[in-house]
Amino acid sequence: MIDQAPVLIIIFPLMFAFITPLLGWLRKKLCYPWVLLALSLSTACSLVTLGRVLSTGIIRYRMGSWIPPWGIEYVIDHLNALMLVIVSVTGLLVAIYSKRSIEREIPGKTVYFYTIFLLQVTGFLGIVVTGDMFNLYVFLEIASLAGYAMIAIGEDGAPLAAFRYIVMGTIGASFYLLGVGYLYIVTGSLNMADLATLLPDLYNSKVILTAFAFFMAGIAIKMALFPLHVWLPDAYSKAPSTSSALIAPLMTKISVYVMVRILFSVFNPSFSLGELPAADIMVWFGIIAIFGGAIMALAQTDFKRMLCYIVVAEVGYMVGGVGIANTVAIKGAVLHLLNDAVMTLGLFAIAGIVSYKMKGHGISDFKALFKKMPLTMAAFVVVALSVIGVPPTCGFFSKWYLIQGAIMANSWPFVAALLLSSLINIILFFRIFEIGYVFNIGESHGHGHGHEDVVIEEAPLSMLVPSIVVAVGIIFIGLFNQSILTNIIEYVVPKL
Amino acid sequence: METIVSIKPLLAIAVSLFGTIIIIALNKRPNFRELSTFVIAFVKFGIIASMIPAVLDGTRFVYNLVDVLPGVGIAFRVDSLGLLFALVSSSLWIVTSFYSIGYMRALKEHSQTRYFVFFALALSSAIGVAFAANLLTLYLFYEMLSLSTYSLVTHHQDEEARFAGRKYLTYLMGSSIAFLLPMIILTYAMTGTLDFTDQGILTGAASDIVLTVMFVLYIIGVGKAAIMPIHAWLPSAMVAPTPVSSLLHAVAVVKVGVFTTLRICLHVFGPKLLHSLSLDVFLLYFVSITILIGSLFALKQDSLKARLAYSTISQLSYIVLGGGLVGMLGMSGGIMHIAMHAFGKITLFFCAGAIMVNTGLKNISEMKGIGRKMPITMAAFFFGSLSIIGVPPLGGFWSKWYLALGCVEVDQIPILVVLLTSSLLNAAYFLPITYNAFFEKGSGDESTKMQEAPILTVAPLVFTALVSFLLFLYPSFFLELAKMTARSILGG
Repeated sequence: MIDQAPVLIIIFPLMFAFITPLLGWLRKKLCYPWVLLALSLSTACSLVTLGRVLSTGIIRYRMGSWIPPWGIEYVIDHLNALMLVIVSVTGLLVAIYSKRSIEREIPGKTVYFYTIFLLQVTGFLGIVVTGDMFNLYVFLEIASLAGYAMIAIGEDGAPLAAFRYIVMGTIGASFYLLGVGYLYIVTGSLNMADLATLLPDLYNSKVILTAFAFFMAGIAIKMALFPLHVWLPDAYSKAPSTSSALIAPLMTKISVYVMVRILFSVFNPSFSLGELPAADIMVWFGIIAIFGGAIMALAQTDFKRMLCYIVVAEVGYMVGGVGIANTVAIKGAVLHLLNDAVMTLGLFAIAGIVSYKMKGHGISDFKALFKKMPLTMAAFVVVALSVIGVPPTCGFFSKWYLIQGAIMANSWPFVAALLLSSLINIILFFRIFEIGYVFNIGESHGHGHGHEDVVIEEAPLSMLVPSIVVAVGIIFIGLFNQSILTNIIEYVVPKL
Repeated sequence: METIVSIKPLLAIAVSLFGTIIIIALNKRPNFRELSTFVIAFVKFGIIASMIPAVLDGTRFVYNLVDVLPGVGIAFRVDSLGLLFALVSSSLWIVTSFYSIGYMRALKEHSQTRYFVFFALALSSAIGVAFAANLLTLYLFYEMLSLSTYSLVTHHQDEEARFAGRKYLTYLMGSSIAFLLPMIILTYAMTGTLDFTDQGILTGAASDIVLTVMFVLYIIGVGKAAIMPIHAWLPSAMVAPTPVSSLLHAVAVVKVGVFTTLRICLHVFGPKLLHSLSLDVFLLYFVSITILIGSLFALKQDSLKARLAYSTISQLSYIVLGGGLVGMLGMSGGIMHIAMHAFGKITLFFCAGAIMVNTGLKNISEMKGIGRKMPITMAAFFFGSLSIIGVPPLGGFWSKWYLALGCVEVDQIPILVVLLTSSLLNAAYFLPITYNAFFEKGSGDESTKMQEAPILTVAPLVFTALVSFLLFLYPSFFLELAKMTARSILGG
């Protein structure tokens, strides 16, 4: 059973997804526990897998016992073991969170929503677990198609946003597929490990360079690297709260994961980051993304849109960090994969709570929320401090490594961009805290007595608990980041 | 130097951190809530005081909570400098808690639970800074202090508080993230360590010019020290309730600033390195500007709290002087000024608050003749101002005396002139207040009947004024701690 864990991670949500409509046809209420069961099983399998990777090293799972490179192979090393846990735990938390929000926002469509939800998680997990280039494309499409649907059932304007996302996303996926095709033409292989041994002889080939460029362009669209981000803010801000809480933390991070995988595992890091000029270009794109995202975030009056631009800026952190290409910065970038997933989940979860309670997700909807929902707002403060980068939250430490790495590489513009992003994040979040806290502006009276009585009215438990888990997790990951680094991330960083 | 691994420093921080849960739980029962604040404050003070004998014997308490970077943990160490600051803050917290109750209840302030919670958090952070064993731990608590005091500064939740809050955060977090944090990371990237050591860690880590630039950015990065030009946040933070201004913006927050500056001068750079780069002299002249201009600004303030704030700005730089006067006497004088200024200035703020509670007056020009109504308060005010000016028989005399000797010791006579000029200016902006209070006739109501503020606000200020006086007679305890610090750094 334990030997089968790598594939069960995928099997559970996939198979459960097919049964969900049947269950919903019998009784609608069964869907929610059914989804929770599927994702709990999947989470358990990914934890088991992580444990096995930590104790015995890389796991190779051959589908149907076909020998690679002919058969599809799942390869789980430290990087994707970590990603699997991130994806499955996020999926589970969002599933718990979804109940009330879905009932409110898309009543009548819950059965279909949960079906797609499971497919979405399946897609994400599949991208991460596979060791085959084409299989990765298949899962990428499963995840994207499910994503388009999950976004399109949102509020007014969501179908149009989803359509723009389809157009952009399909272009991105096509680029990726072209890259796979080119590699297949010259090597005849689709297996990543196999490619890694075949490619070094062909590094002079123009075909390989073209494939590399197609991969990078395609993934840049998928990860919303500024200025290819234009699909993201509309899509994520108009989607139902649950959809954005699932997709926003994961889609960009998984795209970064794919990028890292191609740079480090398919190609040789000394080739992709050393011989090609890709690294410098990545750093500059990272800087542009950070500036662009931060400035656009400042201009937003809608909370969810603001978060979307923060996501765009955070992508710049990771792309730039990988581009710095020294041990410390890559460590920071990979740690940021984990941290940013947790933080983004927290932010979008809070956004969902606010829209559930206040019937809107504008910044002004935060009025007096510190009084009304103290626990939610406490969680929000922790998440926001992490995004700003205040110790001991996890966001501080990944930023620390990124800055330290950039300093060691003398990449001062990137240092400046990271610091500026912290400063702008202070403005972004304290602007909201101010509205939540200093709320009696206008009712002028010298001393602030006689406030309107605000009754404490917390979010429903199913939404509150995941948010608080995230907030506590942020502090724990921060305090114990050393054990994550030494046990997992050290193995990911290539020797440069 | 002997070291003992002990959980005490962590406990001293944690007691008020977790104490906030009790305070929140007692939200509906104000008397028990305040009682819990006292219990927490006393326990905290007890834990800190229990470390005095060992530290005086030359022992250091150390504790490493968890490693968060390779070779750098969230770690604590209790040495003479940290203990001195922790003792001052935690003992004054007890006094301020009395005062808070009197003040907040007399003015029927809203959200008192929140107020006490964030007060406790602020104290945890201040002690965290005092006991931090490396720059990272110090930075952690430094930012925690900015954030926890933000909600106290904006306590009134009105337009004025909102803008004061913005200014507060912009200056404090802006300077720390833009300058202090990158300097800490740079230090780590250069040396691989962030621990405070007696010799400093940066010697030979980079070229002279880089080290000089780093030093300047470090000094600017510590916005809480209110060295000009990063000082404007302090006067605007005075919109906070007066107990906040008294303990946090005369003692805890600002002294965290100068304490951090001292740590950077003494334990990160080290006096030898500073001296070889002539940065000690640069520091002396740089802060002299703040000393003089702060005093001059104080002269023209009419709002009592604003005048006290500018006075604080000026006095804080006296403490920083201690980091630049590389010698036994000057250094001890600067360090001792942490304690002496704290007791004097808190008395003055308590008086300002008592006057406001009792009469609603905030401006100095309206306070003529107030001494007849509130003789005890104004007598205490007189004592407090004498201590700040630095004349016997108040404690402030000693620290200024040692600073003056220190100037002679390192042959910096111009700095001595600055000190004396500033003392004259101190006298010029403080003494007229007392004079007018007792010898001028008030304008409006002529009731000469004595009517003091509530006992809970008056008792603390009498107490701190008395302590200021006692510190003149018995300065040896703080002096000894200060000298120990100087000795360990100068290695003699």
